[in-house]
Amino acid sequence: MTRQLETLTVEAVFARWPFVQQQLADNGLGEIADKPESRLGEFLDTDQLQDLDGFIDVMEDFLGTNEEKVSEVTITGGRAKDGSPEPVTELTVKVGEVICIVGPTGSGKSRLLADIEWVARGDTPTGRHVTINGQVPDDKWRFSSEFKLVAQLSQNMNFVMDLSVEEFLNLHAESRQAADPQEKIQRIWNWANELAGEPFAFDTPVTSLSGGQSRALMIADTAVLSSSPVVLIDEIENAGIDRQQALDILIREEKIVLMATHDPILALMGDRRVIINNGAMQKVIEPSEKEKANLIELRALDEKLMGLRHRLRMGERLDEV
Amino acid sequence: MRFVTVSGPPSSGKTAVIIKTLEHLQKAGQKVGVVKFDCLFTDDDELYRKNGIAVRKGLAGALCPDHYFVSNVEECVQWGLLEGLDVLVSESAGLCNRCSPHIREVLAICVIDNLSGTGTPKKIGPMLKAADVVVITKGDIVSQAEREVFAARVNMVNTKARLLHVNGITGQGSFELSTLWTGAEETVTVEGKKLRFSMPAALCSYCLGETRIGSDYQMGNVRKMDLDMPTGFKTDGGPQELGPMNTGGES
Repeated sequence: MTRQLETLTVEAVFARWPFVQQQLADNGLGEIADKPESRLGEFLDTDQLQDLDGFIDVMEDFLGTNEEKVSEVTITGGRAKDGSPEPVTELTVKVGEVICIVGPTGSGKSRLLADIEWVARGDTPTGRHVTINGQVPDDKWRFSSEFKLVAQLSQNMNFVMDLSVEEFLNLHAESRQAADPQEKIQRIWNWANELAGEPFAFDTPVTSLSGGQSRALMIADTAVLSSSPVVLIDEIENAGIDRQQALDILIREEKIVLMATHDPILALMGDRRVIINNGAMQKVIEPSEKEKANLIELRALDEKLMGLRHRLRMGERLDEV
Repeated sequence: MRFVTVSGPPSSGKTAVIIKTLEHLQKAGQKVGVVKFDCLFTDDDELYRKNGIAVRKGLAGALCPDHYFVSNVEECVQWGLLEGLDVLVSESAGLCNRCSPHIREVLAICVIDNLSGTGTPKKIGPMLKAADVVVITKGDIVSQAEREVFAARVNMVNTKARLLHVNGITGQGSFELSTLWTGAEETVTVEGKKLRFSMPAALCSYCLGETRIGSDYQMGNVRKMDLDMPTGFKTDGGPQELGPMNTGGES
């Protein structure tokens, strides 16, 4: 038995595998829960321990927690729209990295993201291959509801459910069968409030959140509760949300962040930038020292613009800017 | 010829998904066609024609749309073969949420949209439960969390189906869906094949054109709701001689 269940305390087992408590209760062993500090070996014989171990296997398979964590995704270049070989032959993105994707409309950004989502095996129009942790991944990434490689956040997205923030987060946590849901829900709410600036309550209906608050809640929720290791962001509008902190949260939760953007500040926040044209990755560049220095100036400009916006809102004239 | 049955609630995006998916097959030089089933009206046939897709439409009119579908499906398959199609799609809305046009050994797709509410997967039953592939649409306008909750609900109703997100406007995901269609089994006839789920029962007086209301006019396959009415209650509007009121829940 690799888990050595007999040596673990009841408390530790319940914390790690919350579904065990119910399983024990269903087998008439519910009273074990009253002695959280005792070791499981004191209550269960070898057969029972083996059964429980098997049950945890099945549940972990079902919940997808047994999976090897996705730590990197590699895209092997295919061909451009005109059939020529893709200039970038290999791109590996790692957990905690922010990659910006830039290119004109129709250049092939969506296809690149679709190739990642579909974990292409040379069977898409671009002929690209995608591997996870250096290996050809199995079919579950394509078809199951539990394993989706890519979570998406875009400006067009709205909450449509008629629920309060708390009910909404509970529902999501429940559908994900998350361990320690209350802690996660509290964390999402704290982070979303930090991101949004304008605070909102647990009992605020999700449909009445402002644009910035909705975006903040979506980002914090995706960071904490989504099972997808890759988060795709389609622009984050610079209104009512702290964008740097939003990216930090996703990185802290060990996501791979891909961001389609033409906003200079966002683009320079990325670790690398992929330039797409003619249906192919043309170049991968890192922000230069000069660009990084410019970021400070761009932020100052941005703040100035935000200040003007605020003054306009307050009914002032903009005779002096 | 590959034959694919596509079903889904009204306005879930079936037509858009079919057009976007067939586009990939057309690009690969395949000849594609659609038979569109509807109840009273549709102009989707024009839309298909505009996209270079061979099309026939069938309006059920006064008949139960599902019974109409199953009475015509073999002829539709023969039409597709005569047209020399590589892929034929039947499109029908699950109008009463009870039906399921899916046939054994024929690839079955159910299209359902994120905006329809998390209760929908349970409500629409057979057409979702009996599908091989569930396509979820309108994912571009709801939050990631709602997409995940919705997918989990779909998975609860149909644990075996492959699940794909397709955007009917941009076509994202439609290429992936098209690969499943070309991988479908060859169909030369559906004669003798079986429906995966029985059709809604019918054959009461209203099926035959009765319009008056009341027990006296009801014949055939009629079932009454249990409303916990007092014993001896009459529905003919005459004077009542009632027993004690039922207390509800105990009957």
